[in-house]
Amino acid sequence: MNQDLNKIKLTDRSQVVSNKKMTLLEKFYLPAIFKGLYVTFTHLFRKKTTIQFPEVKRPVSSIYRGMHVLKRDEEGRERCTACGLCALSCPAEAITMVAKERLESEKHLYREEKYAAVYEINMLRCIYCGDCETACPKEAIFLTDRFVPSEEARDNFIYGKDKLLEPIDARIDVSKRQTPEVLAFKKDKTQLHNK
Amino acid sequence: MDVIILFKTALIIVILLLSLVIAMYATLVERKIAGFFQDRLGPNRAGIFGILQPVADGVKLFFKEEFMPATADKFLYVLGPSLTMLIALLGSAVIPWGNTLVIGNNVFPLQVADVNIGILYVFAVTSIGVYGIMIGGWSSNNKYALMGAVRSASQMISYELAMGMSIIAIVMMSGTLSLKDIVAQQHGLHWNVWYQPIGFFVFVISAFAECNRTPFDLPECDSELIGGYHTEYSSMKLGFYLFSEYINMFISSAIISSLYFGGYNFPFMHELGLSHNWLTIAGTIAFFIKISFFIFLFMWVRWTLPRFRYDQLMRFGWKVLLPWAIINIVATGIIELVKH
Repeated sequence: MNQDLNKIKLTDRSQVVSNKKMTLLEKFYLPAIFKGLYVTFTHLFRKKTTIQFPEVKRPVSSIYRGMHVLKRDEEGRERCTACGLCALSCPAEAITMVAKERLESEKHLYREEKYAAVYEINMLRCIYCGDCETACPKEAIFLTDRFVPSEEARDNFIYGKDKLLEPIDARIDVSKRQTPEVLAFKKDKTQLHNK
Repeated sequence: MDVIILFKTALIIVILLLSLVIAMYATLVERKIAGFFQDRLGPNRAGIFGILQPVADGVKLFFKEEFMPATADKFLYVLGPSLTMLIALLGSAVIPWGNTLVIGNNVFPLQVADVNIGILYVFAVTSIGVYGIMIGGWSSNNKYALMGAVRSASQMISYELAMGMSIIAIVMMSGTLSLKDIVAQQHGLHWNVWYQPIGFFVFVISAFAECNRTPFDLPECDSELIGGYHTEYSSMKLGFYLFSEYINMFISSAIISSLYFGGYNFPFMHELGLSHNWLTIAGTIAFFIKISFFIFLFMWVRWTLPRFRYDQLMRFGWKVLLPWAIINIVATGIIELVKH
């Protein structure tokens, strides 16, 4: 077994090191230098790996977990009922919320009788695991493929409802991450949150 | 004769500006080529294809904090980079940039000074380059800078020797020290590189070491001596040290082309049927193409070969290059004796 392990190579480019005497031609180094120059010269015409960032964005995986969004329903009402399951499931304890009871006049704003008056995620604490999304019984919070922009002050990374809630006229598409596997997982009744 | 003086003054100004502009854009080309060699694109944001990048770099260097160590010798501290820059520019005076232009009855040679000791002048000037480095390292009043300067100085002196030896063979062949005559003798395709291949290799390698280019860029020893002789320099004074490297590279390329690759001569130049003036202009263009190739070679080697260790560098200079240069001299001497 141990002998087999020694034969394993990470790449097929490894070479056996030897201290053999160099021949006269090798001692001149020039053939080796010209070979090296040839190698670098071929790189002049290779395809470049640079991605010119602001114009070209690097493609992210279809299940990439980026900045969160608080969804609204079809009528534009906030889906979140401030149950606190997301905050409870958050391993980094990044989510805080303050619940409030809905007034009669606010029925067009919030879907349930209770809503989150304050909903904050600390983007520096968040580990983007997606547990909040899995825990949410109201399909209210999702992770999207958007990036959290860089900031200079730490306070700016605490995202309130002003940044998390999706605008009514510019809905955020979260269907991309809802692959069959993710949907199957959410329907799995053996999981605590789905009972 | 006033016309000649006017012409020479104009030529001096043109050559100075040309060296500065070429060195300026060599910095951009270097970064671009480094990128290409590493499968990157290199700087391309400032202006179209990044052509404003050298300007941006210059502006940045001017606006950086200018720091002078309290214990430094103020006069020498400023003199160091100035001297390096001045010496780098001086070398261009004896290089024949082209043949002669005939306008009316006046003959204008495209060379600032046709001194009959051209090569010696070049060597004299390049060897003063050591002072720029040495003064910079010494006046900083810092152990690291001083040690870096001593290292650089000993490197430059060691390689200067092999360089001078490799030139002696050329002088023996051509029988003149004037660069103009040496270039004229290489008419057509009688380039010295065919007759002096060993001398050519020794000269080019020494030129790399003289310009402090990789694999001989020991003066820039970031890890061992936190930067070498220019440790204490900042802003444009450091810029002068780094920029003079590019001017040196341009002048070295010009000297290599004129000593070994026929300068402004190019093959079949008289079969083209051009008039004298047009031929001169075509020759100058050919000369600049050769220079560009050698500047590219400098960069090509830099991004291919790793740096020498200091003892390897010294051993290579004294035990390999110098003996080969001497062998070359002896061989040339024997061949010249047999020929005559």
